[in-house]
Amino acid sequence: MSTAADERNARAPWALTAPALMLFVGVLLIPLAMTVMLSFHDWGQYKGIEPVFILKNWHEIVTDPYYAEMFWRTFRIAILTTLLTALLGAPEAYILNRMDGRWKSIFLLVILGPLLISVVARTLGWALLFGGNNGLVNKLLMSAGVISSPIPFMFTETGMVVALAHVMMPFMVLSVWAALQRLDPQIENAAMSLGAGPLTIIRRIIMPQIMPGVLSGAIIVFSLSASAFATPAIIGGRRLKVAATLAYDEFLNTLNWPLGAAVATLLLAALVLIVVGSNALIERRYAEVFR
Amino acid sequence: MRRNGPLALIFHTIFVVVMVAPILVVCLVAFTPEGFLSLPTNGFSLRWFRAIANYPEFIHAFWVSLGLGALSSFVALLFAVPAALALARYRFRGRDALAALFLSPLMIPHVVLGIAFLRFFTSAGLGGSFAALIIAHVIIVFPFALRLTLAAATGMDLSLEMAAVSLGANGWTLFRRVTLPLILPGVISGWALAFIQSFDDLTMTVFLAAPGTETLPVRMFLYIQDNIDPLVTSVSACVIAVTMTALILLDRFYGLDRVLAGKGDTGR
Repeated sequence: MSTAADERNARAPWALTAPALMLFVGVLLIPLAMTVMLSFHDWGQYKGIEPVFILKNWHEIVTDPYYAEMFWRTFRIAILTTLLTALLGAPEAYILNRMDGRWKSIFLLVILGPLLISVVARTLGWALLFGGNNGLVNKLLMSAGVISSPIPFMFTETGMVVALAHVMMPFMVLSVWAALQRLDPQIENAAMSLGAGPLTIIRRIIMPQIMPGVLSGAIIVFSLSASAFATPAIIGGRRLKVAATLAYDEFLNTLNWPLGAAVATLLLAALVLIVVGSNALIERRYAEVFR
Repeated sequence: MRRNGPLALIFHTIFVVVMVAPILVVCLVAFTPEGFLSLPTNGFSLRWFRAIANYPEFIHAFWVSLGLGALSSFVALLFAVPAALALARYRFRGRDALAALFLSPLMIPHVVLGIAFLRFFTSAGLGGSFAALIIAHVIIVFPFALRLTLAAATGMDLSLEMAAVSLGANGWTLFRRVTLPLILPGVISGWALAFIQSFDDLTMTVFLAAPGTETLPVRMFLYIQDNIDPLVTSVSACVIAVTMTALILLDRFYGLDRVLAGKGDTGR
């Protein structure tokens, strides 16, 4: 190879990616940096945004218990949603994986398809199903004898967790499903031939092998739930605020943009820390599975 | 392989019913003949679909969403196709960092993106404009356009290009007559998946849309905030129908399982 061709080869990838790179720097990185800067600006009811550097907004978030409670609610809902999707999604992925080819692909489509359907439409469905104290869900649960008095779902954290778990479920099923594809079915047969019962097989053979899938699904579900907007806004109503809906209020109702920017920056920072941290932990713990 | 026991099948049935129920109930209520939210127990009626015609905001929002989805997915591909070709063919310093940057809109919460774009476009004097919506949507659909194009470009047989070059093709001709046709299934599915993402986005768009540039999800969300009536269920049923159409397109050109399987491990 001549040096001229080498040089062209070295330049080609940069020439091809340059437009996209400029786009991302210009309209993604710069706006994000502006948002972080905005969180240090001052704001007043009458003076608007003042471009100075102060810690007022951050001080307010750290000291006012309202924000601590709101962030705690956000993460509590995200954790419960993650647990619910893991407890139901992992067994479902396992059951799906053991189905016949045709049924498998049909049900995979039915379960994963909703991923692409508007979150507003799906949450509206839950609002209809919950519908006050005599909603369909409560009627069903009461006639089945599961509960004796109606559970309030609308405008409660319970309703938010149920609807969010439904919205996030496909991510968990997908993630566990991917882990199951790497699993050698012969190992299950080997365990059976050595006298292991079904429960032992699940506990000792299947669980350890799909755990990385469950955990990476959990990270996706957690980060998407903690920053979810549509479902908490529609099910939670105007009073039960989470981080995303609070930021929305600060920006479009109160118009205190610097405070909203601080809430958003904190949410982003917390999520990046949690996601990167738990990814590193999982990869260290299950290094042999990912090799 | 062992079969599922009866207990597993009961669990599976309940699971599938719960997954489908909210979507089904929206579509059913849309056909109610009553003037209030109810299941269509006394026959089906299209009155709530006709009622959409008397609510021009929804129709306008629908066209905004359709145009925004189609245009932003197309523009995203203009940037994504060359980038995908570079990432697929060259191993260069900074390649991983670039790929991570291009997929990063998947990791950043849309509420943060909405805020960042609102701040950015307002200071640029473009607040609430359709142009601002297009640019913002190009960023959020870019990863989807890139991933599917990248998959097609990675699987491409390079010897076909070499054959074309040996026959005298180069530059634009090579791309238009050889490379593009070969990666076209990936490009079209990338467009369709990007379109769905743009068409469905609420969280980011709700910050950017102004009256006149409200998209359908935004209009629906603002409507639901005030009251829930059968009208919004018939609009939702239409949205679900549009998404289903794009889904079928995706399935034809690419295979839905591949699209979805790619989506779960996105950038993690």
